[in-house]
Amino acid sequence: MTTVLDGHGLSVRFGDLQVLDGVDFAVQPGEAVGIVGPNGAGKTTMLNVLAGAIRPQQGTVRFEGRDVTRTRPDQRCRMGVGRAFQVPRPFGGMTVLENVVVAASYGGDLKGRRAYARAADVLDECGLAEIANRRAESLGLLHRKRLELARCLATTPKVVLLDEIGAGLTDAEAAELVDAVRHIKQGGTAIVWIEHIVHVLVQVVDRLVCMDTGRVIADGDPAEVLKDAVVIDAYLGKATS
Amino acid sequence: MSERWTVIRSGTPTRISASVLVVVGIAMFGVPFAFRTDIVQQLTTLCTLLIMAMMWNVLAGYGGLVSVGQQAFIGFGAYATIFLTQRDVPAYLAIVLAAVASGILAIALAPLLLRLRGGQFAVGTWVVAEALALLVALDEELGGGTGVSLRGLNAITPDWRRAYTYWLTLAFTLLLLTLVFLLLRRRSGAAIRAIRDDEEAAASLGVRVKPLKFMLFVLAGFGCGAAGALTLANTLFIQPQSIFGVQWSAYMLFMVLVGGIGTYEGPILGAILFFLLQDWFAQYGAWYLIGLGVVAIAFALFLPRGLWSLADDRLPFRLLPVGYALRPAR
Repeated sequence: MTTVLDGHGLSVRFGDLQVLDGVDFAVQPGEAVGIVGPNGAGKTTMLNVLAGAIRPQQGTVRFEGRDVTRTRPDQRCRMGVGRAFQVPRPFGGMTVLENVVVAASYGGDLKGRRAYARAADVLDECGLAEIANRRAESLGLLHRKRLELARCLATTPKVVLLDEIGAGLTDAEAAELVDAVRHIKQGGTAIVWIEHIVHVLVQVVDRLVCMDTGRVIADGDPAEVLKDAVVIDAYLGKATS
Repeated sequence: MSERWTVIRSGTPTRISASVLVVVGIAMFGVPFAFRTDIVQQLTTLCTLLIMAMMWNVLAGYGGLVSVGQQAFIGFGAYATIFLTQRDVPAYLAIVLAAVASGILAIALAPLLLRLRGGQFAVGTWVVAEALALLVALDEELGGGTGVSLRGLNAITPDWRRAYTYWLTLAFTLLLLTLVFLLLRRRSGAAIRAIRDDEEAAASLGVRVKPLKFMLFVLAGFGCGAAGALTLANTLFIQPQSIFGVQWSAYMLFMVLVGGIGTYEGPILGAILFFLLQDWFAQYGAWYLIGLGVVAIAFALFLPRGLWSLADDRLPFRLLPVGYALRPAR
């Protein structure tokens, strides 16, 4: 089976800092993969490489088997790589609806009424229809996060890259987002999800990847990975040093 | 379409207001038949200011490209007109060709200038303007530093000349208003406003940022070139120091900020307000400039979204069908 998105030997260096060190990563169609790891492990950088915002010094990224290492973020989005930022980045001067229309008409490559229909559907699905005509800059954090997710979905992605969308939310709010992500997964879209709140993550993902200092240190069944001694060391420090 | 919600672009009030604006625009062609020529000339000035404000808004308000060098195109448009009339091209045709030439200049400069960001872009455009001013000042054929008159309009009686110039200026104004409207009405409108708010996020949603910015830059080059050529036709004399002067950028910035940056209507209001201020306070010399500065600072502090935001927040509908609204489906 062709993977929907994969990276081979990805290396990124910022000056003297090796942020990614020969990482291999793959996600299958419809699969949900969680990424955990301490701060500075290279998680967000990896997402940036997969989305095309950062070009790796070494390694290749492939989307459905095609080499996209040198493909721009906007092209990757139109191919089917959706992305939600860690800190939501709404277009503040536009309404919630207009934010989603941009995503549907460009990322989703839909024209006119079909783009509007897609935007209306997604807003309804994400519980934003009631506030669709408000300026995005007036939204609170939960609504901003939902808008971030809605825009990403409006591009009709085959894989979505989620970066800590649960951060800063209460447990109840996070639970709402989990439902939303589960819904995306049920629709057959693959998911790559970075999250610090591990108990939230394991409710949805099929597979868990743990990163530390630019490398993948564990990859497999979520329960197994969380029991892995190396993973516990990375998070809590070594028991014997 | 979603079963419960539907997207609409315009309601009846918007259709009525848009029709009224179109009728007013066309009716403006009748002004020379009903008013004195000094009023016609003043309206020509207002229209050129409006073009400049609109074009600066296209760049900074929609593209996030803050230019302090649009006078490069204003000056180029004016001097291209001189250059063409010296080669026996009829003056009014020369104005149109000069505007097109300014658009071509923008195409040529885009690969260089659009690589620059933020403050670099602002300074880069200014450098281009100063370089062009120097080149023109060194060219004796174009009048050098002392300036040059537009010939070829002497054959027409002053009243008709002013009327013709006004009609051409109005035609350019309406053409550019229509182009910007179409840009906003189509899906590119949502995309350029997205680029204005967050370029990287726009790209992550599939927006091709570079071609859109290129289009805005070329449109602004064309429009500012037209404004420069029309300013020459209105005043009949130019000097490189003034037509390439950075004061044009200050005026454009003022009009757009005071009217409402990133809105269609804002620059129109800003141009009208600036025109009136210029008319009322020009006799006070330096105090006039200080007054402009005070007004600009007051707007930045107390009404950062400009005059238009006052109306926009209160009107239950939009004047033009460029927005989107979600309504429950029937």
